[in-house]
Amino acid sequence: MTTHTGRIGPAPRPRGAGVRIASGFTFALGLPFLCVVAWGIWSTRSTNQFFPGPVTIFEAFVDTWAGRAIVDDVLPSLSRLAFGLVASIVVGVAAGTVIGLARWLRELLEPLLEFFRAIPPPVLIPVGMLLLGPTDTMKVVVIVSGAIWPVLLNTIEGVRATDSVMTETANSFQITRWERLWFLVLPAASPRIMTGVRQGLSVALILMVISEMFFSSSGLGYRIAYFQRNYLVAEMWSGILLLGLIGVLLAVVFGFVERRVLRWYHGMREVTRA
Amino acid sequence: MPDRSTLLRVEHLRKVYESAAGEVEAIGDISFTMSAGELVCIVGPSGCGKTTLLKCLAGLLRPTSGLVEMDGSPVTGPNPTMAVVFQEYGRSLYPWLTVRANVELPLRHKKLSRAERDTLVADAIEAVGLPHAARSHPWELSGGMQQRVAIARAIAYQPEVLIMDEPFAAVDAQTRADLEDLVRELHGTRKISTVFVTHDIDESVYLGERVLMLSSSPTWVQEDLPIDLPPERDQLTTRALPRFTELRTHVYDQIQRAKRGSAAAPQSAH
Repeated sequence: MTTHTGRIGPAPRPRGAGVRIASGFTFALGLPFLCVVAWGIWSTRSTNQFFPGPVTIFEAFVDTWAGRAIVDDVLPSLSRLAFGLVASIVVGVAAGTVIGLARWLRELLEPLLEFFRAIPPPVLIPVGMLLLGPTDTMKVVVIVSGAIWPVLLNTIEGVRATDSVMTETANSFQITRWERLWFLVLPAASPRIMTGVRQGLSVALILMVISEMFFSSSGLGYRIAYFQRNYLVAEMWSGILLLGLIGVLLAVVFGFVERRVLRWYHGMREVTRA
Repeated sequence: MPDRSTLLRVEHLRKVYESAAGEVEAIGDISFTMSAGELVCIVGPSGCGKTTLLKCLAGLLRPTSGLVEMDGSPVTGPNPTMAVVFQEYGRSLYPWLTVRANVELPLRHKKLSRAERDTLVADAIEAVGLPHAARSHPWELSGGMQQRVAIARAIAYQPEVLIMDEPFAAVDAQTRADLEDLVRELHGTRKISTVFVTHDIDESVYLGERVLMLSSSPTWVQEDLPIDLPPERDQLTTRALPRFTELRTHVYDQIQRAKRGSAAAPQSAH
C-alpha cells in the first residue's frame, strides 16, 4: 500500500467533552459523597438522637420541603433574600459611585461609614421590629443593613482607584458625564464591585435566616427554629441542608454572572501572567 | 498680525507646580508657533517638562501664565480640535472595550449619524492596518498594535492637531520603526498637523519637519531647527544620508549642552 504510512502505535485518544465533564463531576462531588457514606456508617453505630443518619434526614427533607413548605417558607425566604440583595447592590453601587467620585464627600463620610459597618446587623432586628413590625420590609431592611457594606465600600474603593491615564484620556476626548460613568467608571470598578457583591451574598444569606428566627411566622429561619424547639431533629437538619444547597446555588449563579461581566478582567490577567 | 496659516500659537507659557516642598518651575518660558499641516517634533533632556508642555497644549493642565491659542482662540480646556496619544497605551485604552469600541467611544457624543460614525471608525482602523483585530480586546494585542489602536482612536476623532506624548517609548526597536513610518504616512496622506514629543533624537530628526529643542527645566525653547530632509523618508536610506547625520549630531550637541545647562537663556525670560 503506497498511501499507508504505517502506524507506530495507537494514537492517543482525544478526551471528549463528555469525559471532561464527567471527571469534573467526579472531582466536585466525590468528597461530599464520601462524607455522606462515612456519616451513614457512623450513624448506624451511634445512638445519639441528635445526629440522625443521612437516610432519615433525606426522608425528612422530602417530607418537609416538597410540598406546601415551598410556597409557605422557601419562596418567602428566597424573595426576601432577592429583594435584599438587589436593594443592596443597587443602592450600594449607586451611593458608592457618587461617594467614590466626590473626594470631599468621601472624606466627610468615611468615619461614619466605618462606624455603621462595625455595627453587627442582627442587633438591628429589635430596632426594626419596633419601627416596622414583624413585616417582610423589616427583614429586607435587616438584610440590606448588612449586605450593603461590602458592596458600598468596595465600589467606593474601585471608583476611587480609576486609572489616572484612563481618566485623562476621557478628559482629552471630552467624553460626556454619562458615557464616562458607563464606559469608564463602572467597568473600571467592576472587579471591586463583584468582590463586594460576593461578600454581600454570604452576609445576606446569614441575615435572611437570622431575621426569620425572631418575630416571624414563615421562612426557612423560622421553620428551622420551630423544628429545633419541638425536637424535630431530622427536620431541623434537613432545613440546614437546604440552606447549604441554597448557598451553593447562589455561588454557582454568581460565578456564572461574574465570568460574563469580568471576562475582560480575567482575560487580561491571564495575558499579563503568561 | 498672526499669519493666516498659523494653527497653534504658544506665547510665554510658564507652568509652576505647587507642592508640599515648595514651588517647582517645570516650564520657564516657551513660545513657538505651528502652521497647519506641519509635523513638529519636540525633543529635550529627560525631566525637562515635555509632558507638562503637552498637557498644557491639550488643555489638560492650566498654565501658570502665558497663552496657548488654537486657530486664534485661547485653549482653556480639552477641546475637539485636539486628540492626544499617550505614552502608556496599556492605561489609555479601555480593556473592557473591543478595539472597535475603543475607537468609537470618543465619537459617541459627536453629532454624527450611525453610518458616518461607522465609516470613520472603520476608516481609522484600516489606516493603522488593524482591520483584522477590530473585534479583539486591546490586551489581546502586542504593544505596538495597541499603540496603533490609540492612534486610530485619535485620527477617527478628526482633530486639527494630533498630539503624541512619547508614544513609542515603550515598544521595541523594530515595532518603533514601523510606527514611525505610520506617523509619517498618516501625516503625508491625511495632512494631519502633528506635535510629536520624544526624548529620542534620531526619532525627532527622522520624523519631523521641524525640531524644537527644549532646555532642561525650567524650560525654554533652545532652538527651532527646520529639518531639510526630503519629505519621502525611509528607515534605511534617510537614516544613511549625510544630512541626517549632521542634523542628529547638531540636535545631540544641543541636548548635551542643555543637560549641562550651558546654553544661553533667552532674553525674554521672566
